Amino acid sequence: MTAPAVHTTAPSPWRDPVILLALPAVIYLLVVYAYPLLWLLMKSFIGPAGPTLQPYISFMSDPFNWRVVGNTLRVAAWVTLFCFLIGYPAAFALARAGALVQIVMLVSIILPLSIGAVVKAFAWQIVLRRDGVVSQLLVGLGVWDDPQRLLFTETGLVLGAANIFLPFMILPIYSVVKLIDPRLSEAGATLGATPFYSFAHVTLPLTLPGIVSGVAFVFSMSVSMFVIPSLLIGDRFQTLATLTGRSFLLMRNEQLGSTTAVILLTLAVAIVVGSTWLARRLGGST
Amino acid sequence: MTATERLTRYFVWFIAAFTVVFLMTPLIVTVAVSFGSSTVFTLPPPDWSLRWYQRLAGMRGLMPALVVSVQIAAISTAIAMALGTLCAIALVRGRFPGREAISTFLISPLMLPGLVIGIAMLQGFKALGLRDVYASLFVAHVVITLPYVVRTVVGALSLFDFALIDAARTLGCNYPMALMRVLVPALAPAFLTSGMFAFLASMDNYPISIFFTDAWTKTLPIQMLQYVEETPDPTIAAISAGLVVLAIIVLIIGDRLVGLRKLADF
Repeated sequence: MTAPAVHTTAPSPWRDPVILLALPAVIYLLVVYAYPLLWLLMKSFIGPAGPTLQPYISFMSDPFNWRVVGNTLRVAAWVTLFCFLIGYPAAFALARAGALVQIVMLVSIILPLSIGAVVKAFAWQIVLRRDGVVSQLLVGLGVWDDPQRLLFTETGLVLGAANIFLPFMILPIYSVVKLIDPRLSEAGATLGATPFYSFAHVTLPLTLPGIVSGVAFVFSMSVSMFVIPSLLIGDRFQTLATLTGRSFLLMRNEQLGSTTAVILLTLAVAIVVGSTWLARRLGGST
Repeated sequence: MTATERLTRYFVWFIAAFTVVFLMTPLIVTVAVSFGSSTVFTLPPPDWSLRWYQRLAGMRGLMPALVVSVQIAAISTAIAMALGTLCAIALVRGRFPGREAISTFLISPLMLPGLVIGIAMLQGFKALGLRDVYASLFVAHVVITLPYVVRTVVGALSLFDFALIDAARTLGCNYPMALMRVLVPALAPAFLTSGMFAFLASMDNYPISIFFTDAWTKTLPIQMLQYVEETPDPTIAAISAGLVVLAIIVLIIGDRLVGLRKLADF
């Protein structure tokens, strides 16, 4: 079905001119999307007296900004780690589950994906309160002696963001796990491999492309999230994205905003390009 | 089964259960709070009530925001479906170089930070002389919805066997008729599903819309965030519950059309 159809008849009448069909969409995006992005990029390197790196130099000479960069990367790293630790086994459960469990899992993964960040972040504001679900649960389990507020803390932010981005970790890993024949590790066991050995030498390498794309998705979304930190941690904790948003929407400091926007953009492009390259390399070698 | 294997299995099932509960928590909490009588989000609610739903009618700015969001989402999705489908046909059927690059380019708005795209567009539109709020929102939201359409329709088209069209023509259909009778029914499910998810993406968008709304024209997520900041009470949960219901409906239709597993394809 997927094999390319061999046309023994005369070449299809729209064989070459077919490229014209792509033009409206491509031209549209070039004008309203690519051109503005390039313009933003260009403008950040051009000062009143020609090309300059001044905005970046002054950005980097301010220790506050380094803290902002640190906050951004640290929170993104924790969110990614949390998502990976839950998402990796969850992807296996999803791939190996029976029909009913699989449906329940798929619904609980896809449904939140179709609901906006504002709704979910608002829900986490309720969940993370002192009398919220998490606090009640941890006190009930005896982990905490007294109810505590997680809202407006870094832990709360990581928890909420991980919840919102978890599907983007599970789905790419699931898409490679479901292709692995479960009999592979049985075959390994027959040949004398311990479960750990066969996991490390068979399963893990096969799932690496999925891990790479899941990690890249979650990390880049965590770096650029804006609504979630605004609602879950507030103004005292700034990340690159919240600082960018504030510069434009509140402080009217377009200079600073453009600089941080370009840094964010560079980071995002680097993650996409790097992970695509890595996934292709890993995919090709297995 | 060895002890290690059994332990691994228990662990995996524990994680699976945790995942389901964890992912559903925000949705369940929102719906529970919206039907509670408490003003301070007490859970479980001391008593059930519909008071927050009754208050929706009196919320200032809610209906206009909802109307703006639905209009923008519907029209931008329609435009994106037209542009995206044409482009998908070119990408799948064309034999020109750079198809990979074009498809990456069209899907890239999904992968770049929305906030940065919003800022770039804000300045770009200003330079192009586009100042109208409505028009800016439409133009921007086509960029948001286009990747969903391109991705899904390219996927569906590459599974379609174009020899079927030749077969239909051999059987007496003319070319447009063959397209209508063979290609359209085969693509319809993927087409509708991509449209629905594009619609939701537009309805939910915050980081791009924020740069184009003003005091008079707001989209729903922006109006909601304003409520959250000004008067955080369970009325917002009632609005959210409405959006959850909308997402459930879309999911059910999507499942009927293409199946749940297909929706999870990444």
